[in-house]
Amino acid sequence: MSTDKKTKTIVAKIPEGALSEKWSNYKAQQKLVNPSNKRRLDVIVVGTGLAGASAAAALGELGFNVLNFCIQDSPRRAHSIAAQGGINAAKNYQNDGDSVYRLFYDTIKGGDYRAREANVYRLAEVSNSIIDQCVAQGVPFAREYGGLLDNRSFGGAQVSRTFYARGQTGQQLLLGAYSALSRQVHKGSVKLYTRREMLDLVVVDGKARGIIVRNLITGKIERYSAHAVVIGTGGYGNAFFLSTNAMESNGSAAWQVYKKGAYFANPCYAQIHPTCIPVQGEMQSKLTLMSESLRNDGRIWVPKKKEDAQAVRAGKLKPTEIAEEDRDYYLERRYPAFGNLVPRDVASRAAKERCDAGYGVGSGLAVYLDFKDAIERLGKDVVETRYGNLFQMYEKIVDDNPYETPMMIYPAIHYTMGGIWVDYELQTTIPGLYSIGEANFSDHGANRLGASALMQGLADGYFVLPYTIQNYLADEIRTPRISTDLPEFAEAERNILERIERLMSIKGKRSVDSLHKQLGHTMWDFVGMGRNKKGLLKAIDEIKQVKKEFWSNVFIPGEGLDLNVELEKALRLADFIEIGELMARDALHREESCGGHFREEYQTPEGEALRQDDKFNYVACWKYMGEDKEPEMYKEELKYEFVQVQQRNYK
Amino acid sequence: MSSYKYNNAITNNMEKTININLRIWRQRGPKAKGAFESYKLDGVSTDSSFLEMLDQLNEQLISEGKEPIVFDHDCREGICGMCSLYINGHPHGPDEDITTCQLHMRKFKDGETITIEPWRSHGFPVIRDLMVDRSAFDKIIQAGGYVSVNTGGIPDANAIPIPKPVADMAMDAAACIGCGACVAACKNGSAMLFVAAKVSQLALLPQGKVEAARRAKAMVQKMDELGFGNCTNTGACEAECPKNISITHIARLNREFLKAKFKD
Ligand SMILES: Cc1cc2nc3c(=O)[nH]c(=O)nc-3n(C[C@H](O)[C@H](O)[C@H](O)COP(=O)(O)OP(=O)(O)OC[C@H]3O[C@@H](n4cnc5c(N)ncnc54)[C@H](O)[C@@H]3O)c2cc1C
Ligand code: FES
Repeated sequence: MSTDKKTKTIVAKIPEGALSEKWSNYKAQQKLVNPSNKRRLDVIVVGTGLAGASAAAALGELGFNVLNFCIQDSPRRAHSIAAQGGINAAKNYQNDGDSVYRLFYDTIKGGDYRAREANVYRLAEVSNSIIDQCVAQGVPFAREYGGLLDNRSFGGAQVSRTFYARGQTGQQLLLGAYSALSRQVHKGSVKLYTRREMLDLVVVDGKARGIIVRNLITGKIERYSAHAVVIGTGGYGNAFFLSTNAMESNGSAAWQVYKKGAYFANPCYAQIHPTCIPVQGEMQSKLTLMSESLRNDGRIWVPKKKEDAQAVRAGKLKPTEIAEEDRDYYLERRYPAFGNLVPRDVASRAAKERCDAGYGVGSGLAVYLDFKDAIERLGKDVVETRYGNLFQMYEKIVDDNPYETPMMIYPAIHYTMGGIWVDYELQTTIPGLYSIGEANFSDHGANRLGASALMQGLADGYFVLPYTIQNYLADEIRTPRISTDLPEFAEAERNILERIERLMSIKGKRSVDSLHKQLGHTMWDFVGMGRNKKGLLKAIDEIKQVKKEFWSNVFIPGEGLDLNVELEKALRLADFIEIGELMARDALHREESCGGHFREEYQTPEGEALRQDDKFNYVACWKYMGEDKEPEMYKEELKYEFVQVQQRNYK
Repeated sequence: MSSYKYNNAITNNMEKTININLRIWRQRGPKAKGAFESYKLDGVSTDSSFLEMLDQLNEQLISEGKEPIVFDHDCREGICGMCSLYINGHPHGPDEDITTCQLHMRKFKDGETITIEPWRSHGFPVIRDLMVDRSAFDKIIQAGGYVSVNTGGIPDANAIPIPKPVADMAMDAAACIGCGACVAACKNGSAMLFVAAKVSQLALLPQGKVEAARRAKAMVQKMDELGFGNCTNTGACEAECPKNISITHIARLNREFLKAKFKD
């Protein structure tokens, strides 16, 4: 990585050579650490999701001394567990024309030409090893009667390359990584620290050397040191309060390292998933995703006539009573080539467009996802084996039977493509600090394709980081164990204690959740599916008010140095508020529409996203300049040498 | 600009609310003496989930300046295994095949009294209120709940075909979310169903078969060591398992365990 302060640019250390040779060239030339030295090198891995668990396990296997942290009571409960649909790989088992190049190309195109070519190609290249690895661990992927692995299709692809384990792919992959991790714990190469939350990064002489964590059971602050630190703490989608993320998913670790000098890339790129169960009530705490795989067989529609839409909203007409010719299968109508399998951003905006135009069902903010034709074509049994657990989940939540009446769905915040900026080696702008999985920004550009996050998390953790981190650690073999008595640790701990003390002493009137909901409303209204200049300026203003209200009127019961769930939430919210502001700022600066970032001022006459390649073909990397100061932006120019940049077309 | 529209149930049925009474176990720490406390909560939407009802109660407690009730949860969609709770005498409540976070208030009546307790078992000490320590489960997995392969250098995923019914059966076992309801439901506090699910999943697959007997022995030994009780085949675990894990897996575990003994 190298930054140029004058031109405000940053480059990513991409290896030389043809696209298909870069990763091999890199591996051939990188430095390695010899086995006897590995034991003397400590690596902190924060997070036990697919990215963190796989990295910790792989580093442990290599012989490094690994310290692995998570918030939950067990590594197996990381948010990755909730992923439903599947994981992509370029195996071409279906013989339908897939290849590493095609997976690479689909990912670049799906990301709306805002991702780094070299990283994405490497991702596609290692994708096949992931499937081999998982099968060897005992991951029970779905199989065909012949005993070979089965595949399904996901949005943004015309081939069938998604591997799955019923509707529980994330669970099975995470349990695979967790088992590999557990094996290393047993061997003593990995030490687990559960129910610990990282609250700061410790930087010594410009290098990442440790972390400060809060023990969530005792409430005490603890210090841990290492030769390198890896952040695999997931995405920051919960800035919107309501999202498909788990309740404890947060952006705090990413935010802490940003404040310590790591750059935050493309914060405004957030993915809104088209198929979620719509919002039900004021006490709603999270939104439930209905897997994208449902779009393989389900057809999305709204009534063609406004009167019908009004009648179903008023409960006077049932969807099953609406005749075929009075239904508008708007995705099939607008995008005949991809139909219901257009990428997520396209499907989400199309739903919003119909609902805003007055054709929404349910509360007005919902569309139908209908399995009537699939049941007729395939039979109820087949539909049940494919989606049974999802249908059951839907029925439990909504109290409606999707075999008989169409599901209702609406877009919701799901994933954040933005994150900690990393170079080709997954190293941040702080030497010795790495970031993997959803926490980094690396591979998905402005929009992530379905089944690609699991692939990226495991690629980073099993097959990329364990190589690239050695290039750094090879120069650290003479550095003795880092002492946690260094003044930098003491100072970081002091700052944390002060922050906790400050929060506890506010003793105001508002609960953390009520403030988080307030932030969420602003984010959804102005930094959500449709953004414009006026709204974004308003959002920045409103977020500043939430921040003021939070720091003057929040109420946290209990003690600061004790088990205290409200304090945990408050610490996370304090960061979400600031992340929200940076998201709005980034969205404001990006005067174009691309992928998940839709600026209403920039659209084609048909309402499609309109990129401004001459002005915005770069990664926006934000640098923290201090409390209440405006951050500075550095640019990583994106060069497309191997694909031709085009207007995305799914018609 | 489309804002969330609240108070507009998506099913078009008018949103209903109920008033309930709660008896909740409160306990400061593992060694502290706990007791039930009673609360009244009005205006609970029947569309709310059980945990959203507890959120509502906690908001009420916070507004009164009191400490909220501590409970574990995360995904709130029945997959992470973080939520627990003994509700009206059943782990994960009276509804079948779901976790507490998937339970909805429409299953309760207006004016009903709901009793909520933590998992009660020797293997799971209470941390605070409804939160318990389940780290023993991690220790059991660490003792052998894996296939001993390193990362990389693995043959192609399709090199060994696996009959679909076998893969499906392995998946049935692998669906365990490690919540601990089986232990909480068992009068002996046995972790047999949890251990059996993992042993069985891996023993069924060719990749895991190689070390099946060794694995079974190591995991059972660890379970005993950690103070979990014996299995006396009452079947309570299967009945309360939110993922419907079958006790036939326990039979497979016993077979592998015997094989290991035989070899000793
Ligand atoms: C409902 C749902 C379904 C999905 N389905 C799919 C799918 O089918 N296919 C696909 O490819 N992707 C899917 N995704 C996306 C994918 O699951 C995630 O992007 C991915 O799992 C993230 O993995 P991760 O390892 O980066 O982070 P996570 O799994 O989020 O793990 C984060 C880890 O960091 C820890 N942590 C966080 N903050 C701290 C802190 N401050 N201190 C210590 N520890 C911390 C947590 O405890 C946890 O262990 C889905 C996402 C959702 C929400
Ligand atoms: S909160 Fe995850 S299973 Fe209930």
